Amino acid sequence: MELQIPYEVTPRRDTGVNNAKLGIWLFLASEVMLFGGLFAAYIFLRMGADAWPGMETFDTHEMATRADQILSVPLATLNTVILIASSVTMVLSWASLKMNNFKGFKLHMGLTILLALGFLVVKAFEYGSKFGHHVYPETNIFLAIYFVLTGLHAIHVTGGIIVNAYFWGPGTKMWLNGNAHDKAHFTNRIEVAGLYWHFVDLVWIFLFPMIYLV
Amino acid sequence: MAGEMTIEEVKKHVRVYLYVFGALLALTLVTVAVSRFDVSIGPALVIALVIALVKGALVAMYFMHLISEKQVIMWVLLSAAAFLLCMFALFISALVDQEQVALLMHVA
Amino acid sequence: MEDHHTASHHEGHKVGFWRKYWFSTDHKVIGIQYGITALFFLLFGFILMLLMRWQLASPGIEIPLLGALTPEMYNQFGAMHGTIMVFMGIVPLAVGAFGNYVVPLQIGAVDMAFPRLNMASYHFFFWGGVVMMASFFVPQGAAKAGWTSYPPLADIETMGQTMWLWGMVLLITSSLLGAINFLTTIIQLRTEGMTFFRMPFFVWAQFITAFLLLLAFPPLEAAGILQLADRLLDTSFFLPSGLVTAEGPLEVSGGGSPLLWQHLFWFLAHPEVYVLVLPAMGIVAEIVANNTRKPLWGYRLMVYSLIFLGFMSFIVWAHHMFITGMGTAISAFFQVTTMIISIPSVVILSALFITLWGGSIRFTTPMLFALGFLPMFGIGGLTGLPLGLAPTDIPLHDTYYVIGHFHYVVAPGTILALFAGIYYWFPKMTGRTMNDTLGKIHFWGTIISMNGIFFPMLIQGMAGVSRRLFDGGLAYSFSEPVLEYNVFMSISAAALFLFQIPFIINFFQSIRGGRKVEKANHWDATTLDWSATPTPPVPHGNFESVPRVYRDPYEYSVPGSGVPFLSQDTAPPAAPSDQILEEVEA
Repeated sequence: MELQIPYEVTPRRDTGVNNAKLGIWLFLASEVMLFGGLFAAYIFLRMGADAWPGMETFDTHEMATRADQILSVPLATLNTVILIASSVTMVLSWASLKMNNFKGFKLHMGLTILLALGFLVVKAFEYGSKFGHHVYPETNIFLAIYFVLTGLHAIHVTGGIIVNAYFWGPGTKMWLNGNAHDKAHFTNRIEVAGLYWHFVDLVWIFLFPMIYLV
Repeated sequence: MAGEMTIEEVKKHVRVYLYVFGALLALTLVTVAVSRFDVSIGPALVIALVIALVKGALVAMYFMHLISEKQVIMWVLLSAAAFLLCMFALFISALVDQEQVALLMHVA
Repeated sequence: MEDHHTASHHEGHKVGFWRKYWFSTDHKVIGIQYGITALFFLLFGFILMLLMRWQLASPGIEIPLLGALTPEMYNQFGAMHGTIMVFMGIVPLAVGAFGNYVVPLQIGAVDMAFPRLNMASYHFFFWGGVVMMASFFVPQGAAKAGWTSYPPLADIETMGQTMWLWGMVLLITSSLLGAINFLTTIIQLRTEGMTFFRMPFFVWAQFITAFLLLLAFPPLEAAGILQLADRLLDTSFFLPSGLVTAEGPLEVSGGGSPLLWQHLFWFLAHPEVYVLVLPAMGIVAEIVANNTRKPLWGYRLMVYSLIFLGFMSFIVWAHHMFITGMGTAISAFFQVTTMIISIPSVVILSALFITLWGGSIRFTTPMLFALGFLPMFGIGGLTGLPLGLAPTDIPLHDTYYVIGHFHYVVAPGTILALFAGIYYWFPKMTGRTMNDTLGKIHFWGTIISMNGIFFPMLIQGMAGVSRRLFDGGLAYSFSEPVLEYNVFMSISAAALFLFQIPFIINFFQSIRGGRKVEKANHWDATTLDWSATPTPPVPHGNFESVPRVYRDPYEYSVPGSGVPFLSQDTAPPAAPSDQILEEVEA
């Protein structure tokens, strides 16, 4: 009963892509501009700031000269590794489908979701320790940037978890009950979800050195 | 990525993914290690940015298959990248220019 | 295009009201939803303007039912008039309504690429509108910091400003989803033979517009997130250190920059100007070609100008910020880019004028509106030049001159074009035509009273009257010589309201009672929306059979063809030269 839209699964000849692939890349282009706008704001504020990070450290109560005197680099490094690993499992789950290995898909997609949850748990610990020191977004402009950027990123992670969980659970019906065409459609969907997930990873790759290291 | 790949080709891809994984981990360690030394802000920024760009490129090229992606997608991304660079460049120069004005007014 | 359109017929009868009109995935229904909602918001924003004009013409005199306007109410009306007109009126009408309805028809697509996403865009827009409207009823009323929401004022504003930000988040989401959908549709779903340079100019205009929306809106979303953080998490992104308000020093950490908001805001809002204008140019181009019975002059030149315009619009934004104490070097850069961007607009406008040359013009109602657009947009563009150069912008900035300038672009410019579009595609949507006499009354009344409102603004502005005065300049002796224009402008505004009544009557009366169109291609147009679909088009699928495209978009009066026009889906006759060759070879 649904109207059949052309090139939902198969690529169009002259562009070489299907609709969903183009759509997700357009979405990612807009996301590039969203995070780009925030990065530009960060540069603007930091260049205009008198001191950076501009607050006392937790233990010595001297003015911090580096971000890592306030933020926990080990936790952030751990999170970087977790997110990169989840990106790998994500691409492996897609490769499993390409090899017609549904069990491999379930395993890798499950791992991706678990790693993403692990990322959020570590993040929660990080936030918790800041709040424990009575440090909040309003404390100063550096922390405002830190909380807003990492918070927005965490929202993106949460969105990714929801999408991936759907494809891990109820979404698999398309593969299990479907013909070859449906299976190709499902594989495309995983590829598209993967593109989004890798992008979330990519944003973190820039956030991490920018906020924690430099 | 073209839809038609043999299982052999996919397996070859998987091997590449694992290499990339290794490279990403190594680069993460390098960037953290460099930040431990008290490098002054200029070089530190350059090093961190270069490493982040390399890591980002690896993710985009291999995990997101950009290396073999179609032209239309390249155009989309290039235009976004171009506008983003314009934005960065103009934000920074607006700020620098303004600070010079403030400085002049201070002198006067 | 193989067998994509077959499954479309056996539905449509059984679905209920809500599925058919509210949760529809058919781009035509969604287009009409956008259109009706946007027209309602336009009317509402217009009424806010009438109330403000009442106050300006007769400060302090009570308005029937509402009482005398307080300064707070005036500021609310001002801020919400701008927001409603730009984000909830014109963009949804130009892009959401006309884009949605016409683009798939003109490129020969059965629907948009992502029909359910399309439905979601409309619902985000609708609820964004609801949040904005609801903000009038929260304590201390709606946003009062202008449609630009400049901090620090916006940061310390009342609850209405938070509602404004949430509303904007929804509206931006709607626009982004819409833009993704338009771009994918135009790139992927063009029918066989519809190459990029055979696309009607309207489709090109929507294509570039969608690109601007896709890449310019996210930085405003970023800015909106930061302002929300300022308001809800007490951060200081836009608050400098040591800020003092009427209630004493602000207790915030400070260290932020109010200019950051302006940069991020205008990074969107300048491309947004082109989002308002390009679809209007597209509509006008369609109607001008159709009613002069000539191909557009310099179609390719127009398309290249459009692309160039879209690109340049990202690097001119700071000409809105000349009086913020910008350095001279960067201000020189933005002056140069601003002067450059005027060139492609002039090229497009000139091409449209040249198209008129030697045409046998049919003065139909849509053509009248399209012809009205040309000089009005010209005035709008030319009055913008002094604002693009810092030395002349500094005295004119924040005066009524600026208001006059951009209203010339958007009101007698874009809105006339949108009316043209309504009169032009109304028969397509309903199968009935609108009344011509009422349409002509509407046109002449509208164009004359619009000029009556906006031209005196240019004079007042050059006299130095500030645009933000609650009393219209009464308190300043220098504005005395131009003060009487306030009454004239307000009478013109009332007249403009009266002249919309024939349109409203015409619109609703024609839906059921209009004259039925005699043939599917009511305007003898060459584009697929008229030539290849029934009028109105088939629900869910548009075409009885998906057309194939053989020619350029505007083959009117082709010499030697023997027919008045050749639509894009007219197959070429078996080429006689080939036949001769074959015969010779045989």
